[in-house]
Amino acid sequence: MATATLPSAPAPAAKDERVGRRGPFQKLLGRPEVGALAAAVVLFIFFAAVSGTFLQPNALATVLYGSSTIGIMAVGVSLLMIGGEFDLSSGVAVISSALTASLFSWNFGMNVWVGVLLALVVSLGIGFVNGWILVKTKLPSFIVTLATFLMLTGLNLALTRLIGGAVSSPSIAQMEGFGAAKAVFASSVNIGGVEFKITILYWIVLVVVASWVLLRTKVGNWIFAAGGDANAARAVGVPVTATKIGLFMGVGLCGWLLGMHNLFAFDAVQSGEGVGNEFLYIIAAVIGGCLLTGGYGSAVGGAIGAFIFGMANKGIVYAQWNPDWFKFFLGLMLLLATIVNLIVKKRAERA
Amino acid sequence: MTKFSWRQGAIVALAVPMLALAACSAGGKTATDTAAGGGQAVSTPRMKVALITHAAAGDTFWDIVRKGAEEAASKDNVDLQYLNDPEAGRQAQLVQQAIDQKVDGIALTMATPDALKDVVKKATDAGIPVVSLNAGEDASAKLGAFTHFGSNEKLAGEAVGTKLASDGYKHPVCVIQQQGHVGLEARCAGVKAKVPGTEILYVNGQDMTSVQSTATAKLQATKDADVIIGLGAPITLTLLKSVSDAGSSAKVASFDLNAELAQDIVDGKVLFTVDQQPWLQGYMSVDALWQNKRGGFKIGGGQPVLTGPTIVDKSNASDVVKFAKQGVR
Repeated sequence: MATATLPSAPAPAAKDERVGRRGPFQKLLGRPEVGALAAAVVLFIFFAAVSGTFLQPNALATVLYGSSTIGIMAVGVSLLMIGGEFDLSSGVAVISSALTASLFSWNFGMNVWVGVLLALVVSLGIGFVNGWILVKTKLPSFIVTLATFLMLTGLNLALTRLIGGAVSSPSIAQMEGFGAAKAVFASSVNIGGVEFKITILYWIVLVVVASWVLLRTKVGNWIFAAGGDANAARAVGVPVTATKIGLFMGVGLCGWLLGMHNLFAFDAVQSGEGVGNEFLYIIAAVIGGCLLTGGYGSAVGGAIGAFIFGMANKGIVYAQWNPDWFKFFLGLMLLLATIVNLIVKKRAERA
Repeated sequence: MTKFSWRQGAIVALAVPMLALAACSAGGKTATDTAAGGGQAVSTPRMKVALITHAAAGDTFWDIVRKGAEEAASKDNVDLQYLNDPEAGRQAQLVQQAIDQKVDGIALTMATPDALKDVVKKATDAGIPVVSLNAGEDASAKLGAFTHFGSNEKLAGEAVGTKLASDGYKHPVCVIQQQGHVGLEARCAGVKAKVPGTEILYVNGQDMTSVQSTATAKLQATKDADVIIGLGAPITLTLLKSVSDAGSSAKVASFDLNAELAQDIVDGKVLFTVDQQPWLQGYMSVDALWQNKRGGFKIGGGQPVLTGPTIVDKSNASDVVKFAKQGVR
């Protein structure tokens, strides 16, 4: 009976829906970041309505700056989450990178660029060690990166005091190469009389590059495969080990970039900073549609997640709300954004 | 897939700290020594003192307190143990540990008197003299400390408010870097008591980029803000960048001090700061415990001893800079 009914089924149903053509609108709705995009639009309209300042160009530049310092990291963290892992050490690793560059240059009286390059090596090294321990021991990334988080927090404090004699790194503003490094990592670009921080540019470039890697290259497929089902991926020849280590190093690279911004924007770095920021990066990635279980998500989503966080964080200030409620509103906003995200995604999947 | 090998594991365990240590193993900066350790120690028997604070790790302010305590310890032939934990319950445990080790004196910050009252009683019952510093002026004597060294936060706030009001400022923004911190709230409340137009802004002190962008947002939204006040030196230095980012005409004032901030006051970028002289708080509490053992002295005669507020402005900042560079101011 069953075999008899199959051929008589209508033609469209016989077509495999996985290879079926979809209209551009449906394609858009199927994207992981579409829910976040909807939430971002709602939030944007909301703050534009309640605050007179929010829409001014220089206010938008400030919102974008606040978003970019989370967004830069969210790119690396999103990719890592798509690859099935996450990184609790990313917040302090940013400060580790800044401290490395600062203390090395200061201690040996070297051109700050030497410190900047060493910091890059250390940042990539932290990522490598995270990934390497993870794949060798098969421990969950929660444990491995929690350990790194604690070790880095301790090292940041202990080494800063040991080398600099204080808990804050000494100012390197007078050192050779500082001006050039500041121009690269912490300058502003004037567009139509509005100062845009260079971190915004880095953020956009990173998102574009990461999206390209994810959607247009073999490595992108490896990342989705490694995050979806590592064993299945390995069985079809995906280099899961290298992919995962590479993703952790990608987070390291982002951390280095943000760390250098921190250092050259403020001359000196406090060794206790950065704790807790790792959650903001993960939150941004999750709002942006990356699944905590891996295998699904996008770099653009992480960027939109960071933008939502930036808007909520700064929008509350522009709206001049009673600061006692600040954290409450922030939490509520994040919850609503994530729920909107969820609803839109469910709708999209049904369509 | 190769099996996990312990040799490789060991290499990793070594490589992680080595990687970071590599930057400091050679050379080592010998310059910029502080004055600590230079003096001749007294000949009284060595005593053991625990300094237990509610400081978060890596805070520049507490580093100065600690330096003061260390200098007193080296002069007074004191074996000093510095401990800190921002969480009240764990700070109480640290006090218990000091009691267990039978120290000869405990110097303690009492930011959370209720959490500490039982354990402080244990200490005094065990015959260990206790002094309080920095936070807990009101609770100090009640809990059994024989003296307190600190600056009254509300007085400090009012000092700032009075100065701002007399200079004609009407709309300050007071930036709190840790929401719910009693001392910081008291500072801003003090300012507000003297300048009613004061607004409060909360920022995340653990992330300087966030401090900068949030303060920029506030200044863009509050065009008539005429002065912005940072409650800690590193925060204030960041606020300076926010003011220029926002194109605001607001001036900058501050609480607490470090070398860069002192220099900015000399250069006229910052109006003034209120110093509670944290170095003295650390030094005096250790020294008071020594003096108590030496001759049964009670500095202050049961009253809190104020280490501040003192105002550092253009008139005296250049003197302060050189001490700030040593980590004393």
